[in-house]
Amino acid sequence: MQLKVNKMVYKERLLGRKFDETRQIIAKVGVIPRADGSAYFRIGNTWAYAAVYGPRNLHPKFLQDPSKGILRCNYNMMPFSSSGERVRPGGSRRSKEISLVTVKALSPVLDLNEYPNSVVDVFIELPETEAGSRCAGITAASMALADAGLLMKDLVSAVSVGRVDDKIVVDLDYSEEAYEDGPVADIPVAMMPNHNTITLLQMDGLVSKDMLKEVLEKAKKVCIQLYDIQKNALKEKYKV
Amino acid sequence: MNQKENNEENTMEIEQVQKQEVKVAPGTLLVKEKDIVAPGERLAQGFEILPGMGTYREKEHIVAGRLGLVMLDGRTIKLIPLSGRYLPKKHDSIIAKVVDVNMNGWRLETNSPYQAMLSIKEATAQFIERGADLTQFYEIGDYIICKIVNVTSQKLVDVTMRGPGLRKLKNGRVIEVAANKVPRIIGKQGSMVTMVKDATKCNIIVGQNGLIWIEGQPENELMAVQSIKKIQEESHMSGLTERIKAHLEKNAAKSE
Repeated sequence: MQLKVNKMVYKERLLGRKFDETRQIIAKVGVIPRADGSAYFRIGNTWAYAAVYGPRNLHPKFLQDPSKGILRCNYNMMPFSSSGERVRPGGSRRSKEISLVTVKALSPVLDLNEYPNSVVDVFIELPETEAGSRCAGITAASMALADAGLLMKDLVSAVSVGRVDDKIVVDLDYSEEAYEDGPVADIPVAMMPNHNTITLLQMDGLVSKDMLKEVLEKAKKVCIQLYDIQKNALKEKYKV
Repeated sequence: MNQKENNEENTMEIEQVQKQEVKVAPGTLLVKEKDIVAPGERLAQGFEILPGMGTYREKEHIVAGRLGLVMLDGRTIKLIPLSGRYLPKKHDSIIAKVVDVNMNGWRLETNSPYQAMLSIKEATAQFIERGADLTQFYEIGDYIICKIVNVTSQKLVDVTMRGPGLRKLKNGRVIEVAANKVPRIIGKQGSMVTMVKDATKCNIIVGQNGLIWIEGQPENELMAVQSIKKIQEESHMSGLTERIKAHLEKNAAKSE
């Protein structure tokens, strides 16, 4: 299929945002007192709360792994969180997939060898969403895991980068995801910023090889910025 | 023209070489002691410094492997945990709750990811007949102070009740604190907990697993709970002992 990129009409982003600028970010750690670790990550109109419980006893017993602890994630969009139709409460095909990719994005940094037969539960709740919710969820969850005092070789930072028309844009909002006057690609990327390793890479849309390379370069830059925000939020909680 | 370009290239090369030569001396710390660091943060450079608890080596760098407080111990750099759950360790005295009674002993909840097992043999000094009703010793829901005798690689925990001070905890109340704050609550050679005990006239036992048993007059118990919560919240600030002392004296004056 041929990509038609000759219009180049996408010249300006909403609210005068630059093409390599994320939406406004707020990050906090320790927002849920009863959890072992918790974090809040807000990027524009996407809010993610992550709560970590454990390591704790795992039942049913057949799920236990005698060689190491396991990680379970649960991604949940609250019923009135999106701007469109009401999200039906409970799990869906979509939330199940995102929960799975969240586990895959976070496991490479976690060391659960000290906790055989146990489980670490991560609950990600999104009270308000507008694009980039899986990235916000992963970023919040990685801060919450660090707050829970688990052994981690790095944090995970995630952002969605993509293309709208001929432009590479960082942190797409809903209007860009739903852009209709040209080709769009939405590429969520999760990285270990200090190891320069990608732990999540998904793609929805059309993109050329060169553009994908450029997208990954941009994502890397943003993830390094995000890491600093995460780090500062963690330090803020324990500041004397 | 060509020469000019060549010259420029040469100067650039020299600059690059100079940049490469300006390297940090071997064994340089990149953080200060008592800094709080996040996972993935670089702590030190060079092979002179060794990675300790909670850190790991990545080529010439030592990197933080958890959220923690930087501590230097000679040539090693280690991280003191600021949070996290209790993990059973041999020789720890813990407060546990009986959750099940079966043929050969009791199953205990230990405020950790793993349950502990108390066998009949380890339960009392007296002889227990075969097939005896074990609930006459410890019932489901009882709290006991026991000692961990063994932890296997698969985290099977065995405890004993044979030893000084190990017993069933009757009356009183049990509260939960973060396991990494236990040393601060006990204090140097038990100084902190003794202070609270004396001021509140309560019996207090602190388990290594973060459970604390308090027994005394109800209002005194509340006072002890309050002081322990205060220790937990302010444990990272200096002058803790003085502040807790003042807090206890103020409360004592109020109750009189």
